[in-house]
Parts: sequence; structure tokens; C-alpha cells
Amino acid sequence: MKPWLVVAWKEIFESLRDRRTLLTSLIIAPLLGPVLFSGMMQFTLAKENKDHEQRVEAGVLGADHAPQLLLWLQAQGLKRVPAPATESLVTAAVRNSQPKIVLVIPADYGEQLSAGKPASVKLYVDTSDSDARRAGERLQRLLAGYAAQTAALRLMARGIDPSIIQPVVTDEIDVSTPASRAQALLGVLSYFLLLSTLVGGMYLAIDATAGERERGSLEPLLALPVSRDALVAGKLLATMVFAAASLLLTLVTFIVALRFVPLESIGMSANLGPLVALQLWLSLLPFVPLAAALLTLIASFARSFREAQSWMTGVLLIPTLPIMLAVVAGLKPTSALMAIPSLSQHFLVSRLLRDEAIPLPEMLLSVGGTLTLAALLSALVVALWRHEKLLG
Amino acid sequence: MIEAEHLAKRFGTVQAVRDVSFTAPDGRITGLLGPNGAGKSTTLRLLYAALQPDSGEARIDGARVSLADAAVRQSLGVLPHGAGLYLHLSARENIRYYGRLHGLRGAPLESRISELLEILELGEVGNRKSQGFSQGQKVKVGIARALVHQPRNLVLDEPTNGLDVMAIRSLRTTLRRLRDAGHCILFSSHVMQEVAALCDEVVIIARGEVVARGTPTALLQAAGTATLEDAFVKAIENAAGSVEGLL
Repeated sequence: MKPWLVVAWKEIFESLRDRRTLLTSLIIAPLLGPVLFSGMMQFTLAKENKDHEQRVEAGVLGADHAPQLLLWLQAQGLKRVPAPATESLVTAAVRNSQPKIVLVIPADYGEQLSAGKPASVKLYVDTSDSDARRAGERLQRLLAGYAAQTAALRLMARGIDPSIIQPVVTDEIDVSTPASRAQALLGVLSYFLLLSTLVGGMYLAIDATAGERERGSLEPLLALPVSRDALVAGKLLATMVFAAASLLLTLVTFIVALRFVPLESIGMSANLGPLVALQLWLSLLPFVPLAAALLTLIASFARSFREAQSWMTGVLLIPTLPIMLAVVAGLKPTSALMAIPSLSQHFLVSRLLRDEAIPLPEMLLSVGGTLTLAALLSALVVALWRHEKLLG
Repeated sequence: MIEAEHLAKRFGTVQAVRDVSFTAPDGRITGLLGPNGAGKSTTLRLLYAALQPDSGEARIDGARVSLADAAVRQSLGVLPHGAGLYLHLSARENIRYYGRLHGLRGAPLESRISELLEILELGEVGNRKSQGFSQGQKVKVGIARALVHQPRNLVLDEPTNGLDVMAIRSLRTTLRRLRDAGHCILFSSHVMQEVAALCDEVVIIARGEVVARGTPTALLQAAGTATLEDAFVKAIENAAGSVEGLL
């Protein structure tokens, strides 16, 4: 066996013996992402479902002034909740979300209406609260519906076709497919996958570098008739094996975890079968050597296990930055962007989840860009290890 | 045979090793003696090429040692300060790892490991995780590991640190046995009794320089003192003017 293989084998073997490394790499990392993610999905879906039910909770002040309107609104899904006694208390109450919305109907409402003049009602809502804003908009739509109905009746009473006041009619046609709607939610998935790759290799990388130095086992190792390049190669390989295994386990856990998310209830399919999982793994695989090189490089700088650990907190955030930027700016995959590691994996994952074919140039750019950076960082690790300062 | 020729090494503003020359011949136990901070560990690190000297050169069996040239270290076994074992591996696994890195494998490697465990009286703990080992057991495993490829030269950095009397005695026996088999043994210590009890040759280092060397008897004669300890103090005083802060 070549020395670099001996080193890789020993690092893997030793890590399998170490409960902490094993727990973090092969159990916590593959569980944490999917569980957090499923929780997020449950929450989001529950909210979405609630929003879709056309129920609006609101307090009504002066309901006696508009019994007809109230009957109509309640038939359309308005649920009355206790309202403040007088209008002077309404603003403060709404600010405290007690209740979130108050509809105030003035005493002259009936008078104005029967006179054929615009009858005004007041809608108190705190738009800085997104729940309240959405509910307020819904109540406004109901009120507008009632107004339109009343207007149509008035026109008909005067022998005019109500359609004359509808010069333009909008028909919204939703072209989103179930898979593409789910994608907005599944976008977070790519980050969790990259994260579990990093976390999977993290402890092994620390143990094989900073840990080795701290234990005092690095010195006799360097005194062996084995080139330092071979030592580095073995340690990188072992880190890659753990990172790739963690990624694979995470994908498997995701498939299982998403079974428990009621995606069907909103007519979405998560589209995450074993075949897609395999494709995801393959498209994320080039990130594995990059993760290993990054982790080993940072851990090689650290003087102790603890120091390396604190550095890693920062390292785990690095792959999120390009993804966050892309999501916020709504970036679409271009050839320049596909060369950026982590971002390109995010795009590939998104495409796979949307059931889209991946153009070959995009794939090549992603693999090429990621492996180039991995090679660059690996070269830095090798240079660092060739230096005598390595012993600290 | 291990040779040091005018070795010098500086870390920033600290001149850790100024000028160290000596020869540790085959079939002899050579002790590198000096107060803490005298440059013993740095000298050893220069000898097994963990560090590159600023000037001078180190040779193993006549071949020049360098950081980049791994092959020269083939005839060298090293026990660094504190043994440095992998705690999740057993004694046998620790030794096996180094054997494999030396290109050994299969049955010859396994029988060599068994032989070493027996010589070092580690038979009972061979398959136990090193985590629970006593300091003495750790040092022994470290020595077995350093010897797995039957190197001609053995370098040990303060091997008796933290050992109890029994462990020290058995370590001495082991080292004498190796010497009698023709190995070159170089070890560092800041404990006089250690060196007096074991060494054929003594090299005294202070402030990065060799201040005296020779057999224990020759050192006593040269210094005109009754004990090696007095000779040691005198040698350092002569070299540095004062030993305050060094001892």
C-alpha cells in the first residue's frame, strides 16, 4: 500500500473509533439538515394553507349600522372577534394586535347608502405585521366585492347593463407547475447539502492536522521516511471520504424526511426519488474535494483542536454567501455564475428539483470551477505542510 | 551513526541553537544533557529533519539530512517528547500504522509487532486502546513504534519524563540491549542521574552550544569534580558565567 493510502485508511479507521467524530459526521450532520428543513416546510405549508382559506378575523365597530353588509361579509368568511368599545381605542388596540383588524362602520353609513352617495367605512390595520396586512387585503377584496355587487344592482335598477362599468377584465392564469412551486421552498436544500458536506469532513480534518499537532503525534510522523506531500494527500483523501459519506447520508435522510411533509396538500410534488437523489449526489460531488481542501487548510493553521473548531464556525458560513446573494438578487444561472463554487451547485440542485435538464456547458463549468478552486486550495495545503513552521 | 556539524538554528530573535557539533557512534548510548531551554529538542529536531538548520549540517550514517529528502530518514527511529500516540488506536495498531508507512505489511509486520511487544513487556496491553495507558506504557509503545522498521539509529527526546522507577529501569534495560545489538542511541535529558546511569558518551549543551563532551569518566577528570552533577554545573558556569535562571 502506498503511504498516502496508509495515511488515509488510518485517519478513516481512527475517526470511526472516535465517537464524537462519528456522531457529528455521520449522524448529526445527516439528520440536522433534513429535520430542520422538514420543520421549516411544515411551518410554511401550514401557513400557506391557512392563508388559502378565505377566513378573515376582524373586530367590527358599529355593526348595527350595516346589518346587510355584515351578513354578506360573514357569508364570505368574515369571523367577528371582540372589538374595542369606542373608536378612540381602536388604534392602540390594533397596534397591540387585539384584534389585528377592526372595521369601523359610521352611523351615517345607511343614510349615505340609501341616498346613493359613497358610504365610507374605515379599516384599521397594522401593515408592518405581514399576517395582519394579508388579512386586511383580503377584507378589502371582500368589501370591494360587496361594493361591486351593490353598484351592479343600482345600474340594473336604472336599466343599464352592469358590464358597462367593467371595461377591462383580468383573468390571471397561474402557469407555475407543482414542482416549480415547491422549488421556492426546496431552494434552501442546496445550502443544507453543502453544509452537511462540510460538517461531515470537519472533525476528521481537524483531528488529522491541528489535533495531530496538539497530541504531539505530528512530530514522529514527520520524522518518518514519508514525504509530507503523501501525508497531506492521505489526510485530504480521508476527509473527502467522510464528507462524501455525510452528503450521501444526508440525501437519503432527506428523501425519508420529506415523506412526512404534506406537500400533496397544496398540490406540490417534491420530486425527490432515489434517482434524483443520486443525480444530486453526483452534481454535488465536485464540492467534496473543495470542502476537504478548505477544511484541511484552515485546520492546518490552527494551533489546537479548540482553535480549529472556532475557525470552522466561519468556514461553515462561506458557502452560504454566494447562495444568499443569488437568492436575494434573484440571479439566474449564467456561464460566469456557473463557475462559482457553491453557487453553481445551488443552481444544479435547483434545476434537478425542477425536473429540468442540465445543459452540458453548465455542468462542465460547475465541475471545472469547483475542481480548480479545490486544486488551488490543496496546493496551498501542500505548501503549508512543506514548511518547517508546521510543527508550530 | 548520527553526526551534527556546526548546527545553528534561529527562531525570530531567539538563537535556539548556536553551534552544535558531536558524533553519536554505533553501539553507544549518547546522552544530550542540558538545562531546560538549552536547545536539546531543537538540536534533535534538526537531526531528524523536522526543522531545517540555518547553517551546518546533520548526517545519518553519513548521508545529509534534509526536510525534502525522506529516504535518509529510513534508518532512523524517533521517539519525540511525550510519545505522541493515537489514543483511539491500540498499542498494536499504533505500531502497525508506522510499520505500514515504512512499507512493511502482512505476516512479517505482525510478527515484528509481536516481537516488539514482547521485548518491551507490553504483551498484555497490546490490543487495548492507548487512551488508558500509563505514561510508562505510552513511552514503551512509542519506542516499539520507533523500532518497528529495525532502524540503525534511535533518537529519544526526554524518554524518562513522567516514568516511575520500575519503568525507568526497564527502559534502561531495553536501551542497553539495543546498544549491545549495535544500534546508535541518542537521547536527551535534563536529569543528571539518568545520563550518569546509562550513557557511554555525554554531550553537554548550554545556550545552544556544546560546552563539554566525552565519556562520564573523562568529564569528571576534566572538571576535577567528584560527581557528574558538579561537572555539569561547572561546565555550564564556565561557558555562560552564571547558571542562574538556567537550572
